[in-house]
Amino acid sequence: MSNQQQATPEQIRDQKVYRGMGLTDYEYGLIKDNVLHRLPNYTEIGLYSGMWSEHCSYKNSKPVLKKFYTKGKRVVKGPGEGAGIIDIGDGQGVVFKAESHNHPSAVEPFQGATTGVGGILRDIFSMGARPIASLDSLRFGNVKNDADKYFISQIVAGISSYGNCIGVPTVGGDTAFDDAYQNNPLVNVMCVGLMNIDNMEVGAAAGAGNAIIYVGADTGRDGINGASFASAEFDSEHESQRSAVQVGDPFNEKLVMEGCLDVIDNHKDALVGIQDMGAAGLVSSSAEMGSKAGGNGMKLNLDLVPQREKGMSAFELMLSESQERMLLCVKAGKEDEVLKVFADHGVNAVVIGRVTDGSDYVLEHHGKVVANVPVDSLSADAPVYHRESKEPARIDQESPEQFDPEVSVPTETLRKMLSQPTIASKENIFKTYDTQVQTNTVVGPGSDAAVVRILHKNKAIAITTDVNGRYLYLNPRVGGQMAVAEAGRNVVASGAFPLGITDCLNFGNPEKPDQFYELDQAVMGMSEACEKLESPVISGNVSLNNEFDDVAIYPSPMVGMVGLIDDLKKVTTQDLKQANDLVYVLGKTGDDFNGSEIQRMQTGKVSGQLFNFDLDYEVKIQKLVQKAINDGLLNSAHDVSEGGLIVSIAESTFGNQLGVNLVSDLTAKQFFAETQSRFVVSVSEENREQFETLVGGDASLLGRVTNDNHLFVQTADSYFDMAVDEAYQTWKGALPCVLK
Amino acid sequence: MKFAILSFPGSNCEMDLYYAIKDIIKEDAELVSYKKDSLDGFDAVLVPGGFSYGDYLRSGAIARFSPIIKPLQKFAESGKPVLGICNGFQILTEAGLLPGSLQKNVSAKFICEPEKLVVNNNKTMFSNGYDFEQKITLPIAHGDGNYYADVKTLRELEENNQIVFKYWNNPNGSVANIAGIINKKGNVLGMMPHPERAVEDILGSSDGKGIFYSIVKTIKDRGVIYE
Repeated sequence: MSNQQQATPEQIRDQKVYRGMGLTDYEYGLIKDNVLHRLPNYTEIGLYSGMWSEHCSYKNSKPVLKKFYTKGKRVVKGPGEGAGIIDIGDGQGVVFKAESHNHPSAVEPFQGATTGVGGILRDIFSMGARPIASLDSLRFGNVKNDADKYFISQIVAGISSYGNCIGVPTVGGDTAFDDAYQNNPLVNVMCVGLMNIDNMEVGAAAGAGNAIIYVGADTGRDGINGASFASAEFDSEHESQRSAVQVGDPFNEKLVMEGCLDVIDNHKDALVGIQDMGAAGLVSSSAEMGSKAGGNGMKLNLDLVPQREKGMSAFELMLSESQERMLLCVKAGKEDEVLKVFADHGVNAVVIGRVTDGSDYVLEHHGKVVANVPVDSLSADAPVYHRESKEPARIDQESPEQFDPEVSVPTETLRKMLSQPTIASKENIFKTYDTQVQTNTVVGPGSDAAVVRILHKNKAIAITTDVNGRYLYLNPRVGGQMAVAEAGRNVVASGAFPLGITDCLNFGNPEKPDQFYELDQAVMGMSEACEKLESPVISGNVSLNNEFDDVAIYPSPMVGMVGLIDDLKKVTTQDLKQANDLVYVLGKTGDDFNGSEIQRMQTGKVSGQLFNFDLDYEVKIQKLVQKAINDGLLNSAHDVSEGGLIVSIAESTFGNQLGVNLVSDLTAKQFFAETQSRFVVSVSEENREQFETLVGGDASLLGRVTNDNHLFVQTADSYFDMAVDEAYQTWKGALPCVLK
Repeated sequence: MKFAILSFPGSNCEMDLYYAIKDIIKEDAELVSYKKDSLDGFDAVLVPGGFSYGDYLRSGAIARFSPIIKPLQKFAESGKPVLGICNGFQILTEAGLLPGSLQKNVSAKFICEPEKLVVNNNKTMFSNGYDFEQKITLPIAHGDGNYYADVKTLRELEENNQIVFKYWNNPNGSVANIAGIINKKGNVLGMMPHPERAVEDILGSSDGKGIFYSIVKTIKDRGVIYE
């Protein structure tokens, strides 16, 4: 599209050129008849195609997102800005958000993953926060051939190369495998920043005459109109979409970040607003800044935009998604002060325009006005669709009967379970991430939640990412509740109480009523759990049209939760600590197998109606664990999730290579059930009475930790018997073997 | 005493070193920009880890052309302690202050994990706080940590007892399991593992403190006689 003659306004109308950019006939009509009252030119159509894409406008998801629970006394900034902020005391706030890079990663895994990391980092530091941790939530198909292995290794290498270089530790995340993600993997990145709340910045451009300053890398022809690409469905032809993917340069991002934080920390008086140039590049950042300031107009001279390539058109300059770029609004007269800061950091920065009176968004190129549209029409006034919702036929038809697993030799079933890629250790992935830089990582990847200390304070935050798409596939509402609940269990098990969540809503095509139903129901379920757990949604991202050849992924709303540990003494890990400690399971176990790992392992799919989930009971159990940790009663705590109770017990033995000798009146099958609201905890003998009084009938004593390196569990009908190091090697070795 | 902590564009462990020295070792420290042309007034220099200039071209290859390198070479010649960690080690080899070079790990992947090391020489100003052959655990975090030196250089290193730290389980393919070496004169040490990440039990290990205490002890107790 770069060098070809651009279509005239009449050709755009007659040949429906806008369709190729992702706009519908209806949307074109809106622009022509309701907004401009004239024929839009090629550049203007480009602006709208980017800004009215789902990625920028949330046009399909906005009505759904309004259902999120976003309140809370600690919330400083909720959804709407680059990222949300939560007060953690001492004048400090945590800033966090997650972002998906599914589509770019599918066509170019390495660069897709790097630019995902880069984008979310910019969202965080544009709020005035220094990024202190990132996490990755990855979903892949089952590994079948070398191409799959290559693909996964490239995504992991991309995350590793960017995150390591910029010096932000990758402290956790989650990885799961299912054929539902075979041709549409999920690459979701969450980043957490720490800030002084006084330094809070907003992405607004106000005050006529103030300067618009472009910061960072030159603009090239990469990722042109990537936002509308990312908002479209994939098909077998997607190889040709490679040019829509951007290329990352973490070194440049590091310089840009240090420059921006320097301006925010030390030149606050000069700065009006700051925003990342992410999806839809320059148009999105500038129009949103104008719109957020109450519909402020601006005039940009595109000849001043630093350019990497010759002969770029206005369309290309505005819609390029070249990475490592930021846009600042700086007070008139203070331009040189800010430009000097960036020069000192070795970062390119130029004034490219001014805020104007009125609300016209005007672009000049080669001395001519190439676009003139009302600023709000690009951003605040983008169309919103209330999509039709219809329960998918499969949900109605599913059998209420629970799957009955085959567990004739429990030890063998356990061995097989520990080697499932979703269950197995992800060490060979996270070993390639720098998990410790900034020296605050108290608990790194592989635990329920990562724990990152707040420097010079006796407190830490716990961070986790979770979602089990299989549960949502069987019941999007309850599965949505479970996703938040599991994230809650993870932060609670590490000694924290929940502060809030961010999310990446990964779903199919919202124009299909059954896909929209999944989105709508999942959000309602998540919101219900957020309210009960007092963990509001403060930011998020929507990734729709995750389909390949018309088949959608499992509905997968990734939940990223942050919790606060208000005393470092409360940091708790899943590892059993010493022989003779008592091992309990908190919560009740049922015959809950539909959607479970064992159902998939034994039948190759998940089916049936999802088992029941009681949110109030979940809250009760989580509060008990919080209380027990606050009272210093627990030596370890581990949430029970995929693979069931036996997997949690096995994982608890690995860290310190301690054994267990347990007896239970559950059947061996039930040890693989995925009933929610459960924890495995260990307690010293001296705390036994106090703990049992606290938990009453909600915990069952299973037995004791031993020194003999043996995992032994007597069940009602059989037994598990396995050497701990053998279980550990099976669990640890499975993924390297699959990915070799 | 006062430590200088160099800072290049793309360095990312300089603040970790700063807090390790200030908060844990309780000595004075100051960040020194790569643009500076003097290291006067400092007793020791720390060259931090990270990705100076993005590790583009070759790790440390561009950083060595920075203005600060000349004063660093002069500082080293004066006999005062210089410690390069990770990317700092790479910069010191590129700047000709240490022999050999650091190649891509044999796995071709970045590796971040705690690594067991053996103190192979405890008679240096960086390791006198340890016992000979003491085993310590320090984290590594690098993609290019595979130390290489030709046979002649390696023989020299061994004969002069310049190999200060060795890996117990070689993680990256380094020749002779080398994790850290010192110059002939005994005042410039380069190592891939990160002692500054191992100065607090809550972060998993305190074994790295010995390196910083060794430097402090050398300077405070004995005093270094500068030629």
